[in-house]
Amino acid sequence: MWDYTPIVKDHFLNPRNVGDIPDADAIGEVGSLACGDALKLYLKLDDNKDKIVDAKFQTFGCASAIASSSALTEMVKGKTLDEALAVSNQDIADFLGGLPEEKMHCSVMGQEALEVAIFKYRGMDIPQHDSEHDQGPAYPDYEGEIVCKCFGITDAFLKKVIETNGLTTAEQVTNFTKAGGACGGCIPKIKDLIALVLGETAAQARVRPEKLSNMKKMQLIQEVLERDIRPLLWADGGDLELIDIDGAKVQVAFRKACAGCASSGNTARMVEAKLRDLVAEDIVVEEVSQ
Amino acid sequence: MKEIYLDNNATTKVDEAVFEEMRPYFCELYGNPSSMHFFGGQVQSKVNEARGRVAELLGASPDEIIFTACGTESDNAAIRSALEVFPDRRHIITSRVEHPAVLTQCRNLRQRGYRVTEIGVDGAGRLDMEELRAAVDVDTAIVSLMWANNETGVIFPVEEAAKIAKSKGALFHSDAVQAIGKIPINMAASSVDMLSLSGHKLHAPKGIGVLYVRRGTPFRPFLVGGHQEKSRRAGTENAAAIIALGKACQLADHYMAAENSVVKTMRDRLQDALMNAIPHARINGGGAERLPNTTSIAFEFVEGEAILLLLSEFGICASSGSACTSGSLEPSHVLRAMGVPFTCAHGSIRFSLSRYTTDAEIDTVIREMPPIIARLRQMSPFGREHLKGQA
Repeated sequence: MWDYTPIVKDHFLNPRNVGDIPDADAIGEVGSLACGDALKLYLKLDDNKDKIVDAKFQTFGCASAIASSSALTEMVKGKTLDEALAVSNQDIADFLGGLPEEKMHCSVMGQEALEVAIFKYRGMDIPQHDSEHDQGPAYPDYEGEIVCKCFGITDAFLKKVIETNGLTTAEQVTNFTKAGGACGGCIPKIKDLIALVLGETAAQARVRPEKLSNMKKMQLIQEVLERDIRPLLWADGGDLELIDIDGAKVQVAFRKACAGCASSGNTARMVEAKLRDLVAEDIVVEEVSQ
Repeated sequence: MKEIYLDNNATTKVDEAVFEEMRPYFCELYGNPSSMHFFGGQVQSKVNEARGRVAELLGASPDEIIFTACGTESDNAAIRSALEVFPDRRHIITSRVEHPAVLTQCRNLRQRGYRVTEIGVDGAGRLDMEELRAAVDVDTAIVSLMWANNETGVIFPVEEAAKIAKSKGALFHSDAVQAIGKIPINMAASSVDMLSLSGHKLHAPKGIGVLYVRRGTPFRPFLVGGHQEKSRRAGTENAAAIIALGKACQLADHYMAAENSVVKTMRDRLQDALMNAIPHARINGGGAERLPNTTSIAFEFVEGEAILLLLSEFGICASSGSACTSGSLEPSHVLRAMGVPFTCAHGSIRFSLSRYTTDAEIDTVIREMPPIIARLRQMSPFGREHLKGQA
């Protein structure tokens, strides 16, 4: 049995704001019968068309999907549209006192319905999926290549969820979006996306002053190795150890599956490219055996 | 809150008489049955008595009974043994609706180079016998098919299947965990070579299973070590649980008629009442021969976990083929193999009764279930759409 918090149980057993708003200003629909959960969210705005004065929902799904929807409607009432857009899936989970990790996709679905409703209201272009075809994108405002065919999840949507929740493993991505949770065929693609997003996040976050102090450079190299490189090697059963930093020369030793691997030369070049990109352009990576 | 336990295909209550039978074998009669002294000897004779009682229920002889730790171990042991006995045969046949104890093992063996055929079922969950006939060949080492399905209760024609397997020299194993104690099985008149059963499905405790191996069937042990179970399953006997299982089998024999009359009548009453009261529902496997205690009903437009948790508020314990309850994100492989649409599979609920189920309990479910489904449908965007204009 899932370990639901008392707040989740309360919102499941006594859901707030079930129903519809006939003259709703904004409606957001996500999910499908085939996927096992779906949510239709109705928002009513004040006369200035700025503040949400009422919210109602209809949900097909498990207890945590119903509780997340109920929580969402409570959270957005009284908020302006901009304030509502700032509500994250983590905020919904927090409101409920937390959700089991495997159920985080329920909070993602809530946040997503809210976004769809507001984007649509503001006239932003949202591709509608063909209702004849059940496996259209589950989250229509993230157009892109469908990565998970089972649940109709696009790369654009996955990237957003990976980024906003700081996800680092394929299992986490499945828990948050369901992608990869059925046939598992797309898990390699999900891993690629994680690597891509981690690279992008690192690039966005990087501070590259014109001239790094030696101390700062060493610190940055270690940080990049820990954050961006070792997790990638772990995924393939390998590892590396930082042996020495001498000016621009970075000595690493490969461990586990990487040690003695025929393509460790390529791996060293990958490490070098990453460090050059994120730390300093003159870095040279040397493989040492110790 | 008193539980209304309708999840007996998951596990069962240990019968009081079974518990009394095993009780002395923890603190008082704790000897090792293999010991030479009188103290172990009296446990040995009780274990033998239990072996006889299990054999009696199966229509087998006592030396065909190997005690194991669970149904899963029995399934694993049977399949591994067949592959060792026939090293030149590299083909395994099973079905798409098997329990994971068999299916996962077969899929792992496929990774290791074995050819695995998973026979399909029709919309009512009936095995495709033509597909089976076509699949068996001289390369087939073992055919493993369940006697009855845990989710739907659908019974497979194992005798006929066993004959097909044996026509090409393959061994035939059946996971009969759900069938034993619910329908009569007579190994003396059977072609089945090996059969698995699990104690906790028939009112014995968890942690005890049996692998029946027909006399003369070549067998290689799964666990090796000591000489227990005639060196066919090493490891000190779980004496108390074995003794409990013996008693449980004796009782199962005694209650078999009731299982197929009283329990079946209650199951049918529950099923009919729910189908009458709730529109857009269907019985999974309703068109097939089924166990007398099981019914799996698919309710459209709602999701199983939500149904179970609302039932739970009334103390009603059932289970679901829904994705959300299984830890996986896909609905049950059994319902999907049967071609049950996703829209129904997510809202499938299994009720499995036992001889402890009462008419009053069934009345409670019949009373509480329709409003639960109506309430969830009222909340569901699909339910509202489809049920517009209906009560």
